[in-house]
Amino acid sequence: MWRKWTLAFCACTFAMSAMADEVGHVKVAKGAATVQRSTGKIALVPGMKIFTADVITTGADGAVGITFVDNSLISTGPNSVFVVDQYTFDSTTHVGQFDGTLKKGTLAAISGKMVKQVPESMRIHTPSSIMGVRGTEFLVKVDEASRP
Amino acid sequence: MKRRVLKMRSVSAVQNSLGGLLVAVLLGACAQAPSRPALGDELVVVLPGTGGKVGGVVVRRNDAERLLDAPFAASRIAAEGKPEPVILTPEQVHDIFSATVAALPGRPATFMLYFLEGKDELTAASNTELANVLAEIKRRPEPDLLVTGHADNVGSDAFNDKLSLARAERMRELLTGRGIAAERIQVAGRGRRELLVSTGRGVAEERNRRVEISVR
Repeated sequence: MWRKWTLAFCACTFAMSAMADEVGHVKVAKGAATVQRSTGKIALVPGMKIFTADVITTGADGAVGITFVDNSLISTGPNSVFVVDQYTFDSTTHVGQFDGTLKKGTLAAISGKMVKQVPESMRIHTPSSIMGVRGTEFLVKVDEASRP
Repeated sequence: MKRRVLKMRSVSAVQNSLGGLLVAVLLGACAQAPSRPALGDELVVVLPGTGGKVGGVVVRRNDAERLLDAPFAASRIAAEGKPEPVILTPEQVHDIFSATVAALPGRPATFMLYFLEGKDELTAASNTELANVLAEIKRRPEPDLLVTGHADNVGSDAFNDKLSLARAERMRELLTGRGIAAERIQVAGRGRRELLVSTGRGVAEERNRRVEISVR
């Protein structure tokens, strides 16, 4: 009985500690801009924290700009969906892994410290491809499939 | 047109037709699911970086790979194709991406501060620089800071990791003392991993005993 409770407690605190650290901050939020996470869907405003697994969605007049903890910058334009699949960064060694998916819309990205340390540790996924980032500023656009 | 037709039917008929529609949609989804999902066109463009150095982006799809490493190098990935090169003028790029680029956060501003040797007081020059840091923080709407301490090439790795973190923590104290909320400041100790001035092991170098502040 005790063991069961202890396990549940450990699992719970582990989940909380895994969730606790923000991976970035919202610096720009225009028009319709929301984040979907396990606790629900909320409107994004500047200053808000971004966590792994966040799904960032913008409407026709929306745009969002995020600064990640390793100084990577990401923005999405109107009618976009961007998912923070994975984000880790060791601020001592600068080793990290950033996987984000642009499901649709447009994205601008400027790579940060982790890519300087390990090229291609930042990857932007699209429905068809993977962009391995070696250190640059770049733009991505994903058109929605036109259905017959 | 459709709405008028529905209005004329009874409620149960509407429910039936909706149910039929749902089944049709589900069947359609099931029939499509095992095959590849429908894809739209995709576009990747590299911008001229401010640092002057473009490391580039590697675009990979299945076995095909294309390196984009020049300003305005671009690739289009058609729904059923490999990444192909495409030539875009800066004006065309602007037309497609201007709203997106406009939403990029301000670039992090980096400041370098130095401590007096063996003390936790800043040098006179760094005290002036601290005023610049505070001004930069004021300029930003929702500022957050990454404070990274560095050590020189003297002593063990473990010692330098500790020392560099202590320098960063001291800097955080100085900043909170000037009214910056502690939760806006992250600290890190980078030890001797990122020497500003490259030296051999055991060489004391004051320019390496620094704290770097990213205001963003």
